[in-house]
Amino acid sequence: MSNSVTPNQAMAGSNALEIPNVSKRRMVTDHVMTALSVSAMFLVLAPLLAIFGYLVYKGVGSISWDFLTQTPKPVGEPGGGMANAIEGSAVILGLASLLGIPVGIGAGIYLAEYGRGGYLGFIVRFVSDVLNGVPSIVIGIVAYSLVVLKQKHFSALAGGVALAIMMIPTITRTTEEMLLLVPSQIREAAFGLGVPQWRTTLSITLRTALPGVITGVMLAFARVAGETAPLLFTAFGNQFWNFNLNQPTAALPLQIFAYAISPFDEWHKQAWAGALVLIVMIVVAVSAVRLAVSRGNLRGAH
Amino acid sequence: MADPAPNMPDIRIDMTSAGRQLAPSLERRPSPLAQVTDSRWPDQLFRYAMWACAISVLVILALIVYELVLNSRLSWNAFGLSFFSGQDWDPVQDHYGALPFIYGTLVSSLLALVIAVPLAVGTAIFLTEMCPVWLRSPLSFFTELLAAIPSVIYGLWAIFILVPILRNYIQPGLAKWLGWTGLFEGPPFGIGMLAAGVILAIMILPVISSITREVMRVVPSHQREGVLALGATRWEMIRVGVLRNARTGIVGGIILGLGRALGETMAVTMVIGNRPEIAKSLFAPGYSMASVIANEFSEATGDLYLSALVEIGLALFFVTIIVNALARLLVWSVTKGQPARGNV
Repeated sequence: MSNSVTPNQAMAGSNALEIPNVSKRRMVTDHVMTALSVSAMFLVLAPLLAIFGYLVYKGVGSISWDFLTQTPKPVGEPGGGMANAIEGSAVILGLASLLGIPVGIGAGIYLAEYGRGGYLGFIVRFVSDVLNGVPSIVIGIVAYSLVVLKQKHFSALAGGVALAIMMIPTITRTTEEMLLLVPSQIREAAFGLGVPQWRTTLSITLRTALPGVITGVMLAFARVAGETAPLLFTAFGNQFWNFNLNQPTAALPLQIFAYAISPFDEWHKQAWAGALVLIVMIVVAVSAVRLAVSRGNLRGAH
Repeated sequence: MADPAPNMPDIRIDMTSAGRQLAPSLERRPSPLAQVTDSRWPDQLFRYAMWACAISVLVILALIVYELVLNSRLSWNAFGLSFFSGQDWDPVQDHYGALPFIYGTLVSSLLALVIAVPLAVGTAIFLTEMCPVWLRSPLSFFTELLAAIPSVIYGLWAIFILVPILRNYIQPGLAKWLGWTGLFEGPPFGIGMLAAGVILAIMILPVISSITREVMRVVPSHQREGVLALGATRWEMIRVGVLRNARTGIVGGIILGLGRALGETMAVTMVIGNRPEIAKSLFAPGYSMASVIANEFSEATGDLYLSALVEIGLALFFVTIIVNALARLLVWSVTKGQPARGNV
């Protein structure tokens, strides 16, 4: 900054042009604000590093083969793990993806291909943005009233419905954005060859935008994969293996929560291990799909 | 195909017969994409299917409202508006008042904003205006990464790392220097309103910061150049040229962060202390609307108890809907409905 002052002064001295000098007070303010925003950056990075650091440090120390293959043991007994919770999470997330992804992509297609400029398009767009901000615990209440109250018991199905509701708005908006990036010439070229509109949308437009659409889907997936609140009174949790969609099911986030607020050291360790597994699962799932999209034959014609 | 012009029938016959002999496969296999048959009904079907998907987004919203209103009727009929001003939360007497939870949600969220806003705006300023270009995208990636951490992991970290730090170092210091305000009184438990505010601040930081960056990016660069040409320092350029132009959007981002903080459940439940009391001191334990639902919903015995919890959910839903709609409109007014793209 100091070299920006010197030329100013030099010019003011030599030229007739009146270029005002930067006063000391303004210089100091400039430096102080620069320092403040640099330190804000550091303060933001600090908790991130602390969280990941502790997660790896505590998690790696308590993870074991038993943890990945066994079901929870009662307090006091050593060993035991979260294998059933990992399986339960996979079931619930699979169900949520099955329900949520087609609807989300379909709504996105409607917005991008048919809903431009119309009232319905505007309303759907706005409602999905608003739905994105609805607290997850409220979605849990709704899934409880819709599924659990009707079935009269907690179930993996209810958990899947809750998470699917949370996935739809995110997928809708990203799909729409990605489809709008596809140049309209590509659509017109397909129409010109006599391709019907549904085929154009699916085989040409959607295919071209596929990498972006899949990224959006994975974002939504990663977001709901760690959700705990909507599962508390839908999937409910379970200490044993369960493969029945109509029964209460364990889920990794639920198990982490239960163990974290328990008073036992052994369970705290398991909570850290579970947290590490959860993060790793999310990161692996997201990066695997993204890798497949960028390298494999899923790649659209850009 | 239209009829060929009458003056060249021979050529057409020649061409087709020659074509049949030379490339028979070409004639027999038309392009799989070219459909000669009437294709109107699949198009209609597809259009209606997509329409149904879009409508389902609206149906979900309607279902949410319907279920919440239906299931909270009992409590609404029993307590009316006094539900939101009552301070008793007594499942034994079947008498419910939600004020302590509303207070807890508001105070923890406002505390989170007080901590997060300066940091988020500072980070956004650094990243868009000062940061060397090669550092920009890794640093923004790391900030965004904070948003990808599940809430329950924030809570876990807060219980075992943040709370001891608050209890042993920060709270005694605050009590000593700022105890006279009355906000930092009482025994330093670690767990309590302050811990909830701090963890919420960390969680909403990436939301505010990324929206702020987005709206700062859409400020045209000639605004910056114009202010610099008038001899402004860099900070003056940022203040006059950038922040002033982007302020509507920044406020939108802050409100969006507020919406996130109001509805946040797990991390808050794990550190707020879960005691339905209204205390002035931020060291004292409290309770929030989302955490009371999380803790008591699956154990609620009795229809009125359950209904009271759903009514808290309904209130939370309406508040977050209003807050989010407001925020979206503010952000849209700056970015004109399209999110800014790329790392420019």
